[in-house]
Amino acid sequence: MQEQLNKLQCIVTDPTLSPAQKAHYLALEAENMLPYPSLDTATREALDERVICDMYEGHAPHRPRYVLPDYRVVLANGSEYLELDKPQSLDEAINVLMIAYHQVPSITGMPVYIGQLDELLLPFCEGVSDDELYRKLRLFWRYLDRTLPDAFMHANIGPTDNRVARAILRVDAELKQIAPNLTFCYDPASSSDEILAMATNNIVECSKPHIANHPLHAQSFDERGYGIVSCYNALPIAGGASTLTRLNLKEVALRSAGEADFFTRVLPTYVELNFRLAESRIDYLFKQSNFFASFLVEEGWIERDRFTAMFGIFAMAEAVNILQEKEGRTGQYGGDETANALGVKISRALADAVDGRPMQNVWRGRAMLHSQAGLSIDIDATPGVRIPYGKEPDPVTHVQALSPHHRYYAAGISEILTLDETIKDNPQALLQLCKGALATGFREFTANVAGNDLVRVTGFMVRLSDIKKFRRLQGSRINTTVLGAEAADNVGILERQPRVVGHELRPGYGQ
Amino acid sequence: MSSGLATVSKILSYSCVDGPGNRFVIFLQGCNLSCLACHNPHTIGLCNHCGECVAACHANALSMVDGRIAFDPLNCDQCDACLVKCPISANPMVRQFSVVELLDLIRPRRPFLNGVTVSGGEATLQLEFVCRLFQAIRNDPELAGLSCFVDSNGQLGASRWKQLLAVTDGVMLDVKAFSESLHRALTGGSNLPSLQSARVVQAAGKLYELRYLLVPGKTDREPEVDALIRFVLALGEDVRVKLNAYQLHGVRGAARAWEKMPKAGVDAVARRLRAAGLRNVVTPAVYV
Repeated sequence: MQEQLNKLQCIVTDPTLSPAQKAHYLALEAENMLPYPSLDTATREALDERVICDMYEGHAPHRPRYVLPDYRVVLANGSEYLELDKPQSLDEAINVLMIAYHQVPSITGMPVYIGQLDELLLPFCEGVSDDELYRKLRLFWRYLDRTLPDAFMHANIGPTDNRVARAILRVDAELKQIAPNLTFCYDPASSSDEILAMATNNIVECSKPHIANHPLHAQSFDERGYGIVSCYNALPIAGGASTLTRLNLKEVALRSAGEADFFTRVLPTYVELNFRLAESRIDYLFKQSNFFASFLVEEGWIERDRFTAMFGIFAMAEAVNILQEKEGRTGQYGGDETANALGVKISRALADAVDGRPMQNVWRGRAMLHSQAGLSIDIDATPGVRIPYGKEPDPVTHVQALSPHHRYYAAGISEILTLDETIKDNPQALLQLCKGALATGFREFTANVAGNDLVRVTGFMVRLSDIKKFRRLQGSRINTTVLGAEAADNVGILERQPRVVGHELRPGYGQ
Repeated sequence: MSSGLATVSKILSYSCVDGPGNRFVIFLQGCNLSCLACHNPHTIGLCNHCGECVAACHANALSMVDGRIAFDPLNCDQCDACLVKCPISANPMVRQFSVVELLDLIRPRRPFLNGVTVSGGEATLQLEFVCRLFQAIRNDPELAGLSCFVDSNGQLGASRWKQLLAVTDGVMLDVKAFSESLHRALTGGSNLPSLQSARVVQAAGKLYELRYLLVPGKTDREPEVDALIRFVLALGEDVRVKLNAYQLHGVRGAARAWEKMPKAGVDAVARRLRAAGLRNVVTPAVYV
């Protein structure tokens, strides 16, 4: 108890945290004083050894990890609970959204999804000039960054070429803010080449947006649609994800005698334990937390049966290299055909396992596979199925080595391509690289351009200048800078030629 | 090259600095100039199989077989110690490729590419091969949309340009200096062929870019810059002029003692060019 009190004391007196940030960490510590949802012995052991991981979401899951409200509902109906009339103008629509975002829980305490903004706002744009639209969105963008300063907050636009999407791209490149994160959903059938070029030119400016392969995602979901949220998670709209539990493939490989033992014994064992961990947490959320008594359900923003369970994996690179060594082979993941094929075989085995395992209180009764982009505390474990930092081949070879994985990861997968600054003179090269990656089966195309202050740490954005400032103990008004700084220290993200890595959330205060 | 093979120094699947868009780049071995400022000096010479590099290789990637250097790319860890050892600025790691072999390398990368560039060394020394490669790309239904570019020092004669330009979409041409004596001092050769090449290529509508390397105290001096301006204006004010900044990376010999070209110097020259009416002056995105 004394230890816990000391920790609370540290949080309360930390000079680098704002009062709101302190309150968030205090709440997390309080939650973790409660007993953990009940786990069987084997699952508990695997969790303690961190072969499986609960993302340190806390001991008492009282809200889903990611919530993707269907904002069409509140724009169409207003909200009785919030005493909001149905909006009639663009100003009113934006204002309703600004209010709505504060009602959306998530694991970070801030909304991770703020909607398919062009689709939401276009109906309100009749009679609004391009210049008015631009100025209103510019203020909206500033509001988002200042009041919801979390890089996990994610806006979507596309796939059509429309004036709202264009105005958002323009504003985003001008302001170069960390928040919101931005995805352009690209569909060769309905997106114009010009808007894709605008998007890739924005990447040169500010490493945003990232480009989602709309046809590939759309076929993994239903007519209600999907959203890209937080760090490249693809999830059902009007629902989300109850949990994300992840499997450390490196630890699984270390516990295997060789490739055959890995596939027939060790991997299936830990896959099952990861399912049980998710089940226990989902049970708590659905049966004890009372979350679904929310007005969000009553008014139809979300539906109880549209929440998936994300089955995350990471450290594929280390797992493959360990198995290669156990089999007496020298080829390394990313640079060797046999090693790369072994990686794809693991992804296929994971996808089969997820497809074959029914789950209760989960959308469509099955979990969804997710290539998890890491936590700031991960050491010697590469995010998802990525190639280790500093060992990436040229961008084309990089994409070709990893694209066979992408079909298996319906709940999201991302690689960050780091491009040197010379690309700034040649945006056409970036456009073609993006088209090539998507045509080759990439679900997401994400690039960092060297020399940009705004870079991606896995999925979320940080400003390198903010990390420097944070290091000088000035704190940061943006929650994710802390994660970026930890990642820079622990994961060597800034060593990546000029790239930055990934993580989603750190365990808690000072861990 | 009567064997029908190209002598290749290096191949890149991704380059955004060798023409428009992302390009597959084939660096051909061998050059007919000996520029002091060359940043790829190991592409200049052709191996004479003297064998001095074999001992320098710690990875057992090089050996002598029947009096000729044999290179095993699987053992090579690309430490480049052999290049340092080579007394004639050659490269024992060069490999021979046929047109078909190169097409097989390009094909799986097609969705990522805007085009193919042959560079060097001096690409036009292997003119017959380059023409056959470009023709084959045009004839291949999968590859036909790729643009074919050449990066050249312009030493090729006018009649041979005709043959090359028939299958080429664009040329990046280097002019190293405008004063004949400075050009000879910097490159060992005359600049007349290069200037003539620029005119021929421009007349064919295929001069993508004229490249000019700024070396402090040498090519950035006023008479040189004035001559550059006159030359480009005669070609056409819209000609894209790429100013490059001399830097030390890769450079060997006496030129290592030269000063690097600072950004401020490049920008000053660019301003002069633009003020004189050149409408398409490009400066480097990065200085090293």
